Amino acid sequence: MTSTLQISRLTKRFDTVEALGDVSLALEQGKRVALLGHNGAGKSTMMKIVLGLIPFDSGSVSVCGAAPGSAEARAQVAYLPENASFHPALTGEEQIRYYLALRGQDPKLAMGLLEKVGLAHAARRRIGGYSKGMRQRVGLAQTLIGRPRLLVLDEPTSGLDPVSRRDFYDLLDGLAAAGTAILLSSHVLTEVEARTDRIVILSGGRLVAEGTLAALRGQAALPVVVLITPAAGEEAAIAQAFPEAVCTGDGRLRLSCEQARKLPLLSQIAALGAQVADLDVIPPSLEDIYSHFSRRDGQ
Amino acid sequence: MNRVLATALCEFRVAFRNRWVVIATAMMALFALVLAAAGAAPTGDIGVDRLSVVVASLTSLSVYLVPLLALLMSFDAVAGEVERGTLPLLLTYPVSRFQILLGKLLAHIAILGLATGLGYGLAALAAILADRGALAGLPSLWRLVWSSVLLGATFLGTGYALSALARRTSSAAGLAIGLWLVVVVLYDLALLALIVSDAGGPLTTRVLPVALLSNPADAFRIFNLSAAEAVAAAGGIGGAAAAIPLWQSAASILLWPAAALSLAWAAFRKVTP
Repeated sequence: MTSTLQISRLTKRFDTVEALGDVSLALEQGKRVALLGHNGAGKSTMMKIVLGLIPFDSGSVSVCGAAPGSAEARAQVAYLPENASFHPALTGEEQIRYYLALRGQDPKLAMGLLEKVGLAHAARRRIGGYSKGMRQRVGLAQTLIGRPRLLVLDEPTSGLDPVSRRDFYDLLDGLAAAGTAILLSSHVLTEVEARTDRIVILSGGRLVAEGTLAALRGQAALPVVVLITPAAGEEAAIAQAFPEAVCTGDGRLRLSCEQARKLPLLSQIAALGAQVADLDVIPPSLEDIYSHFSRRDGQ
Repeated sequence: MNRVLATALCEFRVAFRNRWVVIATAMMALFALVLAAAGAAPTGDIGVDRLSVVVASLTSLSVYLVPLLALLMSFDAVAGEVERGTLPLLLTYPVSRFQILLGKLLAHIAILGLATGLGYGLAALAAILADRGALAGLPSLWRLVWSSVLLGATFLGTGYALSALARRTSSAAGLAIGLWLVVVVLYDLALLALIVSDAGGPLTTRVLPVALLSNPADAFRIFNLSAAEAVAAAGGIGGAAAAIPLWQSAASILLWPAAALSLAWAAFRKVTP
């Protein structure tokens, strides 16, 4: 299967600063890839290169089999910029009608698109009076025009409330199921976790990790945290059994262990029987995995 | 072509909402009516119809007002999109930068056409109501309208170019006003100084015609005055018009819009969102 987006050994410099170094990435049709990274990690730069908005120094980029920014590529790619903005004097409907016309589609489809993003009620009001979330929805509506083969979304859910975020990801699921490849960047790791097929972490312009969340979790091999609540009067006994444990202040004991040592440790705890009142096992959070990868090169 | 028309429609809508259509039309109508009333007196002596005299006055008005209106409408065209942050998204659409410019130009030309057509039309109506003989001046009025639109197109194109070069609306506005001052006001003053100091020497006979033709505003003035044979009514620097063949000034006002649009395109292509 050919990739909708194929990036290989992409390098981009702004004067002396290397914004992207040797980044390779393939995105197949129907797949959703989340791009994570700090501010300045190169996410937006990469997106702008894919869209053909800025040139790159070396490497190659192929968008739907064409050069980025070529007429052929632009006809098949939709983009949602970070903080989407529009002319304040136009209404939501007029703006979408314009975008439909630019894609060679019937402007009458505008209302249907605005309904899909829950903005039909404000379609005839000027965008100047919209909230940030409403503008973001206009931005979403325009990405749905004409079944794009590649969607590039820069922080698409910023400004949306939790319910709207869920609706938004439902929309994406529908598009992906119909074959659209989706590249999105986000700061909100928990929503990326459930709703994307693959995660790519950029740090300082380098691709530092790529894979499913499970694969990244294994690769990072971060310690598991075990919290033990001792039964009344047994605190000293348990502290003695686990000398490496740290007291958390609320009477619980905190143990940190490698994935491989997790089960032996648990059976050791279980052997203590009634001395233990409760037990919590906390796997490394997404945030932990993310900071593990994005700080690996000494940042 | 549909993309150009869609862009034009969108721009026209924005200009209408921002009151540009009303402001431009009202300004043109007001000035034209004042000139028609003021220019009504001397017709008997000159022996031309009332409307031709009004057209001569309107020509002088247009030289100042049309470039100003055009620059005011255009300075925001690219810089405004950059500042609002709407340009990156627009440029990912399957529409070329030339088509975007052409769409904006079409909308702004329509507004200028509307403003000049209505404004001058009112002045003409006033002249014709006062004197039926003024109907003879209708061809020169028509010439004034379309050449005003061409003059406007030239300054719209230059306005887009400045807007693309400046990338900030505030500096684009400054550049636009500066350009207007230099091309429309200071340029003529410099030429007058040249005539006075040269006193009919080789500079006046050889350099002056070229200098007049290479300035779109002067070419516009000369074209209208010499075509209407109303040079005598206008006087001033227009007197030099007699020395310049009509086809030359016509060529200048036809070529300038194309040159300005090319300039705008070249500048817009350099803008990285």
